[in-house]
Amino acid sequence: MQNRKSVCLGLMLAAAVALPALAQQAPVKIGMVTTLSGPGGYLGQDIRDAFKLAIDMNGGKLGGAPVELVVEDDALKPGQGKQIAEKMLKTDGIKIMTGIVFSNVAGATVPDIVDAGALYVSPNAAPSNFAGKECNENYFVVSWQNDSLHESAGQHATNLGYKKAFILAPNYQAGKDALAGFKRLFKGEIVGEVYTRLDQTDFAPEMAQIRSANPDVVFQFHPGGLGIAFLRQYQQAGLLGKTPMVLAEPSLDATTLKAVGDAALGLSVTAHWNTDFDNASNKAFVEAFTKAYNRVPTYYASQGYDTALAIASALKATGGKADVPALRKALAKADFQSVRGAFKFGPNQHPVQDWYALKVEKGADGTPVLKTSGKVLSNHSDAYAKDCKL
Amino acid sequence: MTLVLEQLLNGLQFGVMLFLLAAGLTLIFGIMGVINLAHGSLYMVGAYAAAFAAAQTGSVIIAILAGLAAAALVGMAMELFVLRRLYARDHLDQVLATFALILIFNQSVTLLFGRQPLFVSVPPALNGSVELLPGLTYPIYRLIIIAVGLLVALGLYLLINRTRIGMLVRAGATHREMVRALGVDIRLLYTAVFGLGALLAGLAGLMAGPILAVQVGMGEQILIMTFVVVVIGGVGSIRGAFFGALLVGLVDTVLRAFLPGLLRQVMTGSEADALGAGLASMGIYMLMAVVLLVRPKGLFPANV
Repeated sequence: MQNRKSVCLGLMLAAAVALPALAQQAPVKIGMVTTLSGPGGYLGQDIRDAFKLAIDMNGGKLGGAPVELVVEDDALKPGQGKQIAEKMLKTDGIKIMTGIVFSNVAGATVPDIVDAGALYVSPNAAPSNFAGKECNENYFVVSWQNDSLHESAGQHATNLGYKKAFILAPNYQAGKDALAGFKRLFKGEIVGEVYTRLDQTDFAPEMAQIRSANPDVVFQFHPGGLGIAFLRQYQQAGLLGKTPMVLAEPSLDATTLKAVGDAALGLSVTAHWNTDFDNASNKAFVEAFTKAYNRVPTYYASQGYDTALAIASALKATGGKADVPALRKALAKADFQSVRGAFKFGPNQHPVQDWYALKVEKGADGTPVLKTSGKVLSNHSDAYAKDCKL
Repeated sequence: MTLVLEQLLNGLQFGVMLFLLAAGLTLIFGIMGVINLAHGSLYMVGAYAAAFAAAQTGSVIIAILAGLAAAALVGMAMELFVLRRLYARDHLDQVLATFALILIFNQSVTLLFGRQPLFVSVPPALNGSVELLPGLTYPIYRLIIIAVGLLVALGLYLLINRTRIGMLVRAGATHREMVRALGVDIRLLYTAVFGLGALLAGLAGLMAGPILAVQVGMGEQILIMTFVVVVIGGVGSIRGAFFGALLVGLVDTVLRAFLPGLLRQVMTGSEADALGAGLASMGIYMLMAVVLLVRPKGLFPANV
């Protein structure tokens, strides 16, 4: 008798514990395929950490719906990214995907995701081939179209009155996009155009070429560790004080800036976001990120955070249901407070946004920081939007 | 003209760095018959240890000692605990085991130091350029690298050809069984050679720190080039490693610097740049193919 009573009590207790869980809906799964290992690993890490931060700041929810973030490392291998995406789509039944850092991984992975009827919201990579004719209703980009980064740098170099530019980028798709983007809005003459190798670490031969070409300005695109080596060697070759350099943000984010140190002082950078942007959303983000992870957020982090906010806005509109057509419709409205201020999607579901000029200066504690100095382009879309028929 | 000279110096400096790595790799392969893919990890260990010590103490000497010691100790530990069990196995097992070591080293370094690349500054005394000829200025630090590399080459030459240890090393490379039969403690010799190879890799790593980015995976970037050097020079031959490294360094640099310019004479600018860059990065592999066609054992085979 005593035994049966305690069993009953136990059951009731268990039911009492289980009931609230039953009443709550199952969390919406969000799949994140990103690069967490290798030299480019910190980019994916920042995107992931900022995305998580957005979830944590809202008590484990996005747009009022409980979410579960599933993260996997693509190791910068397109094949691996494709495999992970396939597993997330087919085995886990995930409907919302994000996370890819590098354009070559995106190139292999994104078509599978959107063709499977899932939503892909890019926090970083946005190669030109998905922005024009090949655009897709399930494909959104929160960051920028690749070319825009470098178009802003070209415009900035023109604004600063430089006439002769020497330009360098690694010999791969994003590198070619970079040089094409820069040339699109740079009005002066290109006195040298050099393709470096993606695995190159020593740029001494290029430094000698730059010196002999004697340009007004150098533009270079070398993301991550490549950029650190390039800038360091630019300083060691004695070019830093002599030939000014204009860069787009991938070549000088907060992390590379820390590693490069004083070799970056005086450089001109163009960006769509910076830590010192004066809006409430950004202030909350920078403060929370610095507190949670004890480092300065890079622009990759800002994009990861914005991506989470964008997905949150869509989930709010659908009442937490992972219904792709409804999510798509809500997402296109871009009804969220971006940390970069004004933000909307263009006809190809890539951002239409402002671009700013930043300058590397000595901060209060003597270490170099990026300071926003003015606007370069307003409401800038991309060159491919007109080819997109959605 | 000064541009050509400067590019030759750049090639020489790159070649010397390759030599430091290739010397260890070729010794280890020639004498123990082990393909050590994790040689690049020792380069990374040297760079990280030196960067860490420099950040903690601010002393150049301590940083250098820390880099060398860390690489040599890690190398010897690797030989004692992992490779020693693999000498009798075939190359595939060795490749798999040392590949596993690469992954283990990369992840351990990520755990210890994080993914963010480290910052190492050039020692203030060496930060700057000197004018070698009118119009030809060159960074002092890179000149030091060239000097150190050439000194190491000379030292290794003397060590291998003029000392008792060198004699054992040479004998071990060609007649392993005979050396063992004569009562030489071949195990100790192996550990010592491995430690020396690791030390040289660490030296290359710590010298590369201030000019390149100290980051996870830095060893794999240079490892492929190092293997090309070893193959071109002749497996197991220090002399081959030296000339192979200088040849690869010079050919790679000169192609990269001048090929696009030459192509621009015959075709339009941007096409020439893209094609030139492509051909230049193929250059050393074509060189390797040609060398293998003419001299299948490399330029200076060890056991002739």
